Order: sequence, then C-alpha cells, then structure tokens
Amino acid sequence: MLVFGTIPYLVIVALAVIGLATAALKRNLIKIFLGITIFESAINLFLVSLGYRDGAVAPIFTDAPSTEMVMATPQALTLTSIVIGVATTALLLSFAVLIWKHYGTVDTDKIRRLKE
Amino acid sequence: MITDAIIANSPALLVMIPLIAAFACPFIGRISPAVRNIWVVGAMVLTAAMALLLAGEVFSSGTVVYTFGASAPGMSVPPDSGGIPVRIVFTVDAMSALMQIIGAITGLSIVLYSIAGDRRHTGLESYYTLYLLMIAGVMGMVSTGDLFNFFVFLEILSISSAGLIAYRIDRGVAVEAAVKYFVLSTIGAMVILVAIGIFYGEYDALNIAVIASRMQFTLLDQVALVLMIAALGMKCGAVPMHFWTPDAYSMAPSSITAMLVVASQASLYGLFRVVFTLYNVTLNAATVGWIIIVLGVLSMVVGVTMAIPQKDVKRLMAYHAISQTGYMLLGVGVGLAVLGNQSLLDAFGYVAMEGGIFHIINHAMYKGLLFLTAGAIFYRIGTRNLNRMGGLGHNMKYTMVFFVIGALAIAGIPPFNGFASKLMIYESVFMFNPILSIIAMVVSILTLASFVKVFHSIFMGPRLPEYADVKEAPAPMLIGMGILAAVVVLFGLFPGVVVDHLIEPAAQALVNQGAYISAVMGGA
Amino acid sequence: MDLIASLYTGSGYWNPLVWLIAIVVVFVIVYLIWSRGESGYKKGTLQTTPFISGNPEPEKSGVHVPGGNLYWGYTEALKGYYSRLVPLHTGRLNDYLLWYLGVTAIIMVVVVVTA
Repeated sequence: MLVFGTIPYLVIVALAVIGLATAALKRNLIKIFLGITIFESAINLFLVSLGYRDGAVAPIFTDAPSTEMVMATPQALTLTSIVIGVATTALLLSFAVLIWKHYGTVDTDKIRRLKE
Repeated sequence: MITDAIIANSPALLVMIPLIAAFACPFIGRISPAVRNIWVVGAMVLTAAMALLLAGEVFSSGTVVYTFGASAPGMSVPPDSGGIPVRIVFTVDAMSALMQIIGAITGLSIVLYSIAGDRRHTGLESYYTLYLLMIAGVMGMVSTGDLFNFFVFLEILSISSAGLIAYRIDRGVAVEAAVKYFVLSTIGAMVILVAIGIFYGEYDALNIAVIASRMQFTLLDQVALVLMIAALGMKCGAVPMHFWTPDAYSMAPSSITAMLVVASQASLYGLFRVVFTLYNVTLNAATVGWIIIVLGVLSMVVGVTMAIPQKDVKRLMAYHAISQTGYMLLGVGVGLAVLGNQSLLDAFGYVAMEGGIFHIINHAMYKGLLFLTAGAIFYRIGTRNLNRMGGLGHNMKYTMVFFVIGALAIAGIPPFNGFASKLMIYESVFMFNPILSIIAMVVSILTLASFVKVFHSIFMGPRLPEYADVKEAPAPMLIGMGILAAVVVLFGLFPGVVVDHLIEPAAQALVNQGAYISAVMGGA
Repeated sequence: MDLIASLYTGSGYWNPLVWLIAIVVVFVIVYLIWSRGESGYKKGTLQTTPFISGNPEPEKSGVHVPGGNLYWGYTEALKGYYSRLVPLHTGRLNDYLLWYLGVTAIIMVVVVVTA
C-alpha cells in the first residue's frame, strides 16, 4: 500500500528531473521548451496526486454512494495550471518562430547577441 | 451609497478594472487611436484611484479582507466550513497597500509617457492590452491572500511582460531577451507552484493566513521555503540569478522597463511575504536572514561593478537596478536575521527593515524616472549607445533636469529620496555588522561615479553636429517624468512623514504575523 | 508640525529642511565671494579664450570625450576582477538556467543542514 502510494511521486520526481535537465542542458530552443512542458506535466501530476483520496467519490451530491468526498481544489488548480501552460507554450513557440526568422537558428549558443 | 459600495469592493475593482479595460482595448482601438488613448488613460486613472482609496482605507483603519463570492466581503471564514477560509481572499495590509501605491503612481506616469513616447509603433492595441494586464498582475500579486492566486497573477504578469519585452522585435534581439526572461520566469513560477503543492498536501489549505497559523517548519516546509526564496529571488533579479535582467530591461520599450522595475518589486514583495508572513519565527531566522543578506550584498557589488563599463545606457541602468535591489534585500534581510529577538529588533531591526521597504518605493520612483529619461533620449536620437551621444543638454533641458534628479537620488545624494532610505540602511546595518554597511556605502559611491559618466556622455560637451536640431521630448512624456520627479523630491524633502505614515506600518505588518492571521481567521 | 519631522535612524537623525537651509547659506556665501571677483576683463580678446600652451584652440566638436573612454583607468586597475566577472555573463540561456538551479541547490543545502 505504501509502495503503491509512492509510485506517483517517484514518477513525478523522475519527470521533473528529466524536464529540468532537458531545459538546462539541451541547446536547441524547441527541446528546451519541450523540457519545460515535461516539467509542467510533472507538476500537474503532482497536484492531481495530492487530491487523490482512497475510496472517496467526486463531490456531486446527487445519488452519492457515500459522504466521503474529495475536495475539488487540486483539480481546479490543475486545470488552471494546464491553461496557463498552454498560454506559456504558445508564447514560447511564437518566440521561437521569430528567433528562427531573424537569427536563422534555434541554437542557444548562437542566440547570444545580448551578453556581458 | 455608491461610494460606500465602491470602497467596500475596491480590492476586487482594483484587479477588475485593468482586466476589463485590457480585454476591451483591442475593440476600442478599432474606433480610433484617440479614443483608445482616452480609454487606457481613463482605466489607469480609475485603477490608481482605487489603489489610493484602498490604501487610504488600510492606513486609516487597518487590514482590509475581501472574500470573493461571500455574502459579505469581510466574511472570510464561512460558518459551515469548520474554520477554514475556502474562498479566494484578498488580504490587503499596510505592506500590500504600499506596493499598490507604488503600482498606481508609476503605472499612471508610465501611461501618460507612453501615449506620446510609443505612438510611432504599430499594434498599439495589443501593447496597451498587455500593459493593463501587467498592472492587473502587479495589483493582484500584492493584494492576494491566497497562494495559488498569487501564482496565477505571477503568471499573468510574466506572460504579459514577456510579450511586451519582445514587442519592439528589433531584428530579433528583443525576442532573444524575451525568451531568456520568459523561460526563466516560467520555470521559476512552476517551482513556486511545486512549493504551493507541498503546502496544500501538508496543511490542506492555500490561504496564506491558514498555512501560517499551522506552520511546522518540517523538512517539506524547508524545501518549499527554499524553492520560494530562490524563485522569487531570481524574479527580482538577485545576483547570481540576475542574468536575464540586463537583457530584458535593455531591450524592452523604456516605458515597459519602468514597469518591469515595479514587476520585479512585486516579486520582492512576494519574497518578503513568504519569509515574514508565511514562516515568520518558525524558520531559522539567522540562516535565512543571512542568505538574503548575502544575496543582497552580491547584488549590490556585482550590479554596480558590472554597470560601470557598460556602453548601452539602458543596460547600464539595468545593472544599477540589480544593485539597488541589493539594498532592499540587505535592509530587510538584516531585519529578518534578528527576527524573534525583540531587543535587537527594536535597536536596529525595525529601522533596517523600514530602510529596505522605503528603498522599494524610492527605487520604483527614481529608477522609473531614469528609464523614462533614457527612453526620451532614445525617442529623440534613436540610439542607446553612450559613445554616440553627447551635448544633448543644450537641446533637452527638461529631460536633463529630470535625469539629474533621478541620478542624484539613486546615488544617495541629499536631499533626494534615495539618501533618506540609504541613510536608514547604513546606520542600522552598521549596528548589525559594520562591514556590510561599509560595502553599502562604497557601492553608493560607485553608483554616483557611474552616473557621472552617463550624465557627462549624454548631456555634457559641445553640441554635436548630428544632434544639432534635436528637440525636447513631447509634453506628455515630460508630464509622466515630472510626476515621478515630483515624488522623488517630495519624498526626499519630507522623509519623516513618509516613514511615519507609510513605511513603519508596512514594516510592522510584515513582522507582526499574528495580526495578519487574525485579520483573516477572525481573532483565532 | 508634522511636515518638518526629522527622520530618526536609531543612531542619529536626518532633517532635509535644515540641510537645505545650510546649503542656501553656503550658496549665498559663495555668491558673495564670487561677486567680489574681477569684472573688468575685455570680451573677445585673448583674456577670454582658453590658454593651451600657445596652441590653437581645437574645434568644439573635436574635444568631446565619449562615454566609452571614461573610467578606462578604473577598469584597467581592476582587470583581474573584471576579466573573471564579465565572461560569466555569457548570454547563453542554458547557463542562466544552470545558475538558477545551482543557487537553489546551494540554498537548499544551507537551509536543510542548519535547520
């Protein structure tokens, strides 16, 4: 039971590490954005797993089999976070388009006209 | 009747007005640019009026609690919820009110400046939409009493800021700055969300007051604290996480750079809110205080030394912004380091914190002013390179006067406002640790040296032939700069009044965690 | 009167109005000294042109010192410091991220160990 309960958190940590490592180590802008998206999914998974209660039902009172109900807050948080994530990704990708148009590359080693 | 309703709902209106005005802006803009300008200025005036109204309310009669969706705004804890505030609550105490005043004054002067200064660009509807979203983000961040809500406003702020940094694409260089800013701030915001998730998992709550009242400082809390400190420290530009700051500040349009200063300070506010209100005495005050002090000292020294050899005027000012943020971190960090020890807190802790907080409002004013003058010069001569400037004092006299006021204030020369807050920091930090105080003074001297260079290379010298027919900046830009300059001078001439009425309540509000909790939980 | 309140800093106080009065007094004294100066010089003669060891005066636009040349000596003297500090600002997005993550890790260690 304990082992089963910890599996989601192990997955979350693994995903977060993969996401952050991709973002920090890859030099391709698109791959960096992918890393950010993976990290974001890890967080969404984290929020959803926080809200999981064994044996509880959704908070819909009509014909509810039991009164053990899940607080819907984490789901609401996750939805908000997904929406924000979509906006973020869209903006990042449009930046990548512009960078490609003006610099002709998406390599972070070459996107460094601003330095020092 | 109607005024009572407005005052009662001012925390909601404060965020609602800029949000509605922002999303209506693209439609209003189709009518005509003049109508759009009136719309934007009107929305900003209303927002500023709300902020000042609310701040007046807070400073005269204590913390204002506003619960969204409740039958009465003050009813933060529903009677059938078992003592938990389940709704989103705005908790506006003296510190929040101070930040709202900053947002209101700078926001208003920037909008006036922007009407003239940015009118040559295309796509201005989107520009003002994003600008008003920034205002909404700042106001929301500093008002909210709910951690997840804080995250949402933080993201609104960083998405709109990123859009505006990239606004003047500038052969892709501005987009490069925006990418750097946005990747970092997205990851920072998500890390904050992890910390919020940890709090939710541990304490089943998102309300700052509830979490603060249940705070245990377990291992998980320590992890959450570190995630918050690092992410918010990065967002306010503390060295060595400051690399995005000069890029973003130098490439954004000048009016937006002035607003980015306020945005960074909203993150600074978040940092102080977390360490003081969320954790307060439960955390290891000496360690965390010293971490913030070290970040502050690094920011001061590295910021100013990197500024001196810069050739781009806005990049130079951006490094100074980092350096000045260091003073705020130092002042408040010293206050934090002696938290829990009442005698030391009375001896110098409060003064240090008041100095740091006073420096926040002073910095927003004079740094905003300096970026606006840099923008006015760019508007007239089209370059930011110091090597190609010279002799502009002959033609742009008012801009020069405003620049001098800002430069003397940032260097801490009396009688301008920077001196008052720096004096408070020097004298109180000297009692804590003399070396820190000496570093702060040396940094101030280097700041002056650096601004002497900027002043000389922009305004002094003979009239250069290529700038012989440069004109003074247009009147709305001068009015925008004038408002900020007037505040700089007034705060400098009457620091005692400002500290007594604005800064001291704010410092007390940060230290006194119990008052914050009981304002929301109702005397629990 | 509230408006002229001094700012107390724990170990001293600061009152800008007193300072302003002092500055005005100093300026009055300076003006008095200045006004006692020689006023009987002849305009347009050698008395009002700069004396550069007898060399001709250069064009006004030729004597401007642009910003990049200021503080050359300062940066030269601190070369050891600047040659280490400036290259850290690489402009690479990955470095920015690694600095952020690294600082988070360091603070994490410090806080968790001392708690």
